[in-house]
Amino acid sequence: MSENLETVVRAACESFGNDRTRMMDIVRELQESQGCVSDDAMDLIAKQVGTHRVEVESVVSFYAFLSKQKKGSVVIRICNDIIDRMFGYERLRQTFCDALGIGIGETTPDGLITLENTPCIGMCDQAPAVMVNDEIFTDLSRDAAVEIVEQLRAGVAPERLRRRLGDGNNSNPLVSAAVTNNIRKRGDVVFAPLECGRALRKALAMSPNEVIRDVKTARLRGRGGAGFPTGMKWDFTRGAAGDRKFVVCNADEGEPGTFKDRVILTERPELLIEGMAIAGYAIGAREGIIYLRAEYAYLRPFLEDTLQRARNMGMLGKNVMCKDGFDFDIRIQMGAGAYVCGEETALISSCEGLRGDPKNRPPFPAQKGYLGCPTSVNNVETFCCVARIVDQGAGWFSQIGSKGSTGTKLLSISGDILRPGVYEVPFGITMKEVLEMAGGENAKAVQVGGPSGQLIGPDMFHRIICYDDLATGGALMVFGPQRDLLEVVEYFMDFFIEESCGYCTPCRVGNVLLRDRLENIIHGKGEPADLTYLEELCQVVKATSRCGLGQTSPNPILSSLRNFRALYEVRVKEDQPFQPTFDIQKALNTAKEIAGRPSMHFAE
Amino acid sequence: MTDKTITFEIDGVEVQAKEGQTIMQAADAVGKYIPRLCAFEGLPAFGSCRLCTVKVNGRFQAACIHPVAEGITVENDTEELLEFRRNIVDMLFVEGNHFCMFCEKSGNCELQAMAYRLGITAPKYPYMFPADRNIDGSHKDVFIDHNRCILCGRCVRASKDLDGKNVFQFVGRGPQKRIAINAQAKLSDTDLDVTDQAVQVCPVGAILTKHVGYATPVGQRKYDHQPIGSDIEANNK
Repeated sequence: MSENLETVVRAACESFGNDRTRMMDIVRELQESQGCVSDDAMDLIAKQVGTHRVEVESVVSFYAFLSKQKKGSVVIRICNDIIDRMFGYERLRQTFCDALGIGIGETTPDGLITLENTPCIGMCDQAPAVMVNDEIFTDLSRDAAVEIVEQLRAGVAPERLRRRLGDGNNSNPLVSAAVTNNIRKRGDVVFAPLECGRALRKALAMSPNEVIRDVKTARLRGRGGAGFPTGMKWDFTRGAAGDRKFVVCNADEGEPGTFKDRVILTERPELLIEGMAIAGYAIGAREGIIYLRAEYAYLRPFLEDTLQRARNMGMLGKNVMCKDGFDFDIRIQMGAGAYVCGEETALISSCEGLRGDPKNRPPFPAQKGYLGCPTSVNNVETFCCVARIVDQGAGWFSQIGSKGSTGTKLLSISGDILRPGVYEVPFGITMKEVLEMAGGENAKAVQVGGPSGQLIGPDMFHRIICYDDLATGGALMVFGPQRDLLEVVEYFMDFFIEESCGYCTPCRVGNVLLRDRLENIIHGKGEPADLTYLEELCQVVKATSRCGLGQTSPNPILSSLRNFRALYEVRVKEDQPFQPTFDIQKALNTAKEIAGRPSMHFAE
Repeated sequence: MTDKTITFEIDGVEVQAKEGQTIMQAADAVGKYIPRLCAFEGLPAFGSCRLCTVKVNGRFQAACIHPVAEGITVENDTEELLEFRRNIVDMLFVEGNHFCMFCEKSGNCELQAMAYRLGITAPKYPYMFPADRNIDGSHKDVFIDHNRCILCGRCVRASKDLDGKNVFQFVGRGPQKRIAINAQAKLSDTDLDVTDQAVQVCPVGAILTKHVGYATPVGQRKYDHQPIGSDIEANNK
């Protein structure tokens, strides 16, 4: 054990007060400086913060961006979500593999570069995309990929790689990202012009209960996808017993196909901060946390700076906007690559320095959330809506949109369309109108709400985007006539298997069983009874899973079976020959190796 | 828990419970058995196996977690739920490598007993035959066979809450989730003792005490004559 490691670990732990609930920050720092959180490092961390090494390991082993094995000083992560696959992932992967001389999951012999796949990094409107450490490169050509490798080999640091900067704040020196906003349509709520501080000042002139009343009158519902009434959530949190309460912003948008929060964080962070401060005032919280997904780490310096400017302006800190007795501040909690942490109780676990396992409910976060304190977790867009409601009035807000779904919704639209990007539209718009707007009139299918949503065909494009019809967190993935939808469904199942926390049986095992049977059908080995098998298994997983991930993971199969059944029916055949459920030769490999000869009973 | 009495309905029968009880605790008290594997008396509720899924006012809930409330209607012993439970037990069987005929836990195994109780003769899902489940026999009195682990987390909770040790914890996620030990390499490097509750609570043959495998002959074991849950059903008067 090197003395150097001891020094590094001690410094990392001490910078977070040797507080084991800050484990995410501690292990992230180790990962960054050492390229891994080694066995020895885990022992040292456990000793330093007073926990057990297996507790540290349980955290490190949970998150995709953390590892026990040493990675290269540069990690290239190729986004392999379905949209990136449609727009050149495979060619890009091959290019990187050839240029580096390694495969996915491997590190160059000089220890410089590790190559990995990663699910959606929130850049579907500019696919294919890769991350090079924290830096993002989008619309990446093969030549540009080769150039990245050449520069890295020549010793250029990832943050100094040549890039063309994106529009808006993407060109801000603190962001300097090759990312484009692609704001295609600005609505009146999120992307309307902003007078900083006005909403917060208005809120502080009201009583907290009046603020909550306004949010309720506006009939605001959560923008993350579940659609829970925000005012009610705040009421519960405000009413819960406890002196210490928290406001948490869920900026862990990991649903493949979603990227609207990235654009809000880039272009409207002040509105978000204001919304969070208003929430803090309304529920009686002094502390706020923004849980930022690891894929958006490139935005962190900019967001920290925005928070500092808000403090300087008196919008955060002691006596906010000179309101005596109202203190509120916000810290950023980085994630480390886990989709399930977008689930609010898993997000809280992660903030507490634990594995991103969802928690049992009851108690709900409003009663017992972060560190056991009443906590309101809301989506980035929801906070923005709140600020605008307080500023412009609940009546103004509730007149936008449709009856049960007031206000605007940010849609992240990607796939086979002419104008991918973010659209702020009033609720109540039909899918047909959306597709016309985005240039996707010839779509064969649209995945509404990401993999956990539903796949619909042209016969349903008359349906309406709102909470009572096509409910969505905003992700619309459009598939043109040339796409094989069952491959899309298969990819979504792979995604859920990869991202399941594994806590409960149906989600951990059931999704694998579903994927395997689907694979059989895709490869022409299925029979009609398999469709019933899939439907029944989907029901078990949906009904008995512990959190929203498992309760929705069968949706790609269920909705495609419902809306595109013919795709399955042409692939299944009656009277299939005997189907072995495993490969006997593969199973015998170890034995054959030991014996040094082929099996005498099972000829190859 | 308070002394306030609550009345609710389970499978059409009106029963009394104490406020603060879970549905499972209340059902146990009146001799109504709800199948379970991760739940264990004396350990905090965990909610991972999902076998105890019941319908509360028409919505699926885990009985080990969900509190009783005045006037709720609970469905437990229905064909729909029994089929879900069979499927979950099937999943646990195919996920690991469970060979009852040469497992020394046979007859005392809760997974096996549950399968018998639910009328399962063979799993309907294809076996996964995982090849990456290890065995750790380093400890002088205890061995771990990960092939048979069902990730119920009883050992994790018992070690933490009853033994005050933290020998076990989960690592990995999704299908790669495993039980790990609080040491870099071997079970013998931990402070686990054969008398620890963590060793006793394992429902399957994953954590076993050495030297006593067949001290009780097959045929005279816990579930050889009475199905699992009989002790709870004996409360039903």
